[in-house]
Amino acid sequence: MFDMPSGAEIQSIISILRAGAGYFIPELYLSALFMVLIILDLVLGGRKNRILASATIIGLLGSFFFIFQQHALPDAEIFFGMYSLDRFGIFFKYFFVLTGVLAVVISMEDEHLNAQESGVGEYYALIVGMVIGMIMMASSTDLLMMFLAMELVGLSAYALTGYLKREPRSSEAALKYLVYGAVSSGMLLYGFSLIYGMTAQTNISKISTELTQHGYDPLVMILATLLVMAGLGYKMGAVPFHFWSPDVYEGAPTPITAYLSTGSKAAGFAMLMRFFYVAVPHAVDGVEDMLGVDWLHIMMIIAAASMIYGNVVAIWQKNVKRLLAYSSIAHAGYLLLGIITMDQLGTQSVLVYLLGYLLMNIGAFYVVVMIANKTGSENVDDYKGLGKSMPLAGAALTVFLISLVGLPPTFGFVGKLMIFSALINKGGNAFMWLALIGILTSVISLYYYMFIPLNMFLRESEHNSQKDVSTGMVSKVVTAVLMFLTIYFGIFFQPVVEYAKYSVTMFGALLK
Amino acid sequence: MEMFTAIGLNHFLTISAILFSLGMFAVMTRKNAIVILMGVELILNAANINFLTFSKYNGGMEGVMFSLFVIVLAAAEAAVALAIVINIFKTFKTVDVSSVDTMKE
Repeated sequence: MFDMPSGAEIQSIISILRAGAGYFIPELYLSALFMVLIILDLVLGGRKNRILASATIIGLLGSFFFIFQQHALPDAEIFFGMYSLDRFGIFFKYFFVLTGVLAVVISMEDEHLNAQESGVGEYYALIVGMVIGMIMMASSTDLLMMFLAMELVGLSAYALTGYLKREPRSSEAALKYLVYGAVSSGMLLYGFSLIYGMTAQTNISKISTELTQHGYDPLVMILATLLVMAGLGYKMGAVPFHFWSPDVYEGAPTPITAYLSTGSKAAGFAMLMRFFYVAVPHAVDGVEDMLGVDWLHIMMIIAAASMIYGNVVAIWQKNVKRLLAYSSIAHAGYLLLGIITMDQLGTQSVLVYLLGYLLMNIGAFYVVVMIANKTGSENVDDYKGLGKSMPLAGAALTVFLISLVGLPPTFGFVGKLMIFSALINKGGNAFMWLALIGILTSVISLYYYMFIPLNMFLRESEHNSQKDVSTGMVSKVVTAVLMFLTIYFGIFFQPVVEYAKYSVTMFGALLK
Repeated sequence: MEMFTAIGLNHFLTISAILFSLGMFAVMTRKNAIVILMGVELILNAANINFLTFSKYNGGMEGVMFSLFVIVLAAAEAAVALAIVINIFKTFKTVDVSSVDTMKE
């Protein structure tokens, strides 16, 4: 049925692959790091947690060099349109490597994780594997690569969630994450197959051309849209695909909770932006296109539901990790607002918000780990009086929570301000209502976030049975740095905003 | 009569839609973790049938390539999933998902 390729064809394929590899160096480097870490784990004996963690941090930091070099390369589609190199992708490369580094830093702090008798083993290798997957999610331009990258992230994340094998909560979280993840990626795949059926293309820009030229069946398209949104919504943790997140966030090792809530969520948003902006044709020259509008309405509903549900349900939470899980559902809603505007400012503000969310959320989880080391509890009621015994941690947590609410002078404020101003700029009734919901739910969130500092500083501890674990120098420095950065970028945000603007220029023609 | 004898695009798509629905049904109603994973396999294979069908009727090899990757991925996912299920069985002595529910509001 199919002819064998001739020698010349094979030669041309090889030369295309070779040319593409030059644009693929950070990913190749990280894959090599992944394998080095596995080998290192095998050859080293004894207590190797520290060595492996340091090797991972150094290795990940090393990749910044290769990513930086990519600024010199022109934008290109490589490997037969499977993958692309552009400013948007480079932003997310920096972002995900940074997320990986911070996840390793938290893991070093978590005594619960390091006390495992079997050692951490492949833990750090899996973190690097997830970094590769997330980078590829942000840069893929083909349905196949998107699906594979998403599964790479997913499979690593399932294993990491269940890493505390002796702990029932961790195993349970892994099972729930796995079941929801497998079903939603299956739905995403079915949605992709429908899109492939309508267009006979798997490259997202070709899909866009095909859809504009030949039209489509609206019923099939809305079905495909819903299925694809189910897959992406699961990664982003948005209502109504959020059912996994509270249980998984509570049961997973805390560093992995922090990693999932920032990294894997951001990867979902990166992929959604690329897919939605590029593959789905929108209104061009004022002519409203049906397809873009379908997507937009679905995303508006998801955004509003996420903001309301996440913020309202969080009020009743007693476990801090669970509380942050609901808060992360709410933040998914705020982030979606930026995508809905579909203009330069909105997209730019999503990138800024993601960066702010990374710093403040990782910071908050870092302090939660420190407190759990000391008191062995994640319950809000056990935080009473901690502000006196751990002043730095208490102050830092307060800053991170203020930033999560979105009050000045923190990074969280800059992100929220940009998203709401993008919405209000857009005018239109629907956008105004969304902005209103966003602002009102932010007010609700003030209550449950501020409940934690209230317990820490203004209430006395009922029992004095705290283990006397003095926090090390390293953790103090890390907390202070994260706290400083959260405030610093809240005041001097210009460079970040400019860089985010530069990163979204590639969407130029697609965004109004 | 020809509708029943000549197998065309719609027959394949119907089969795949039925498989997808059965998979979703299994995932939503069954309590046994292994059966849920079987439902997931049905969903993935429904998508595979779609890809192969569209590849056959649209021309082009993308769909065939896609389904090859999906088959490999389904195997990898099954391996990770079963490892987690075995761990669940060791801890909880059951693979019934309704009894593996210790975390509450």
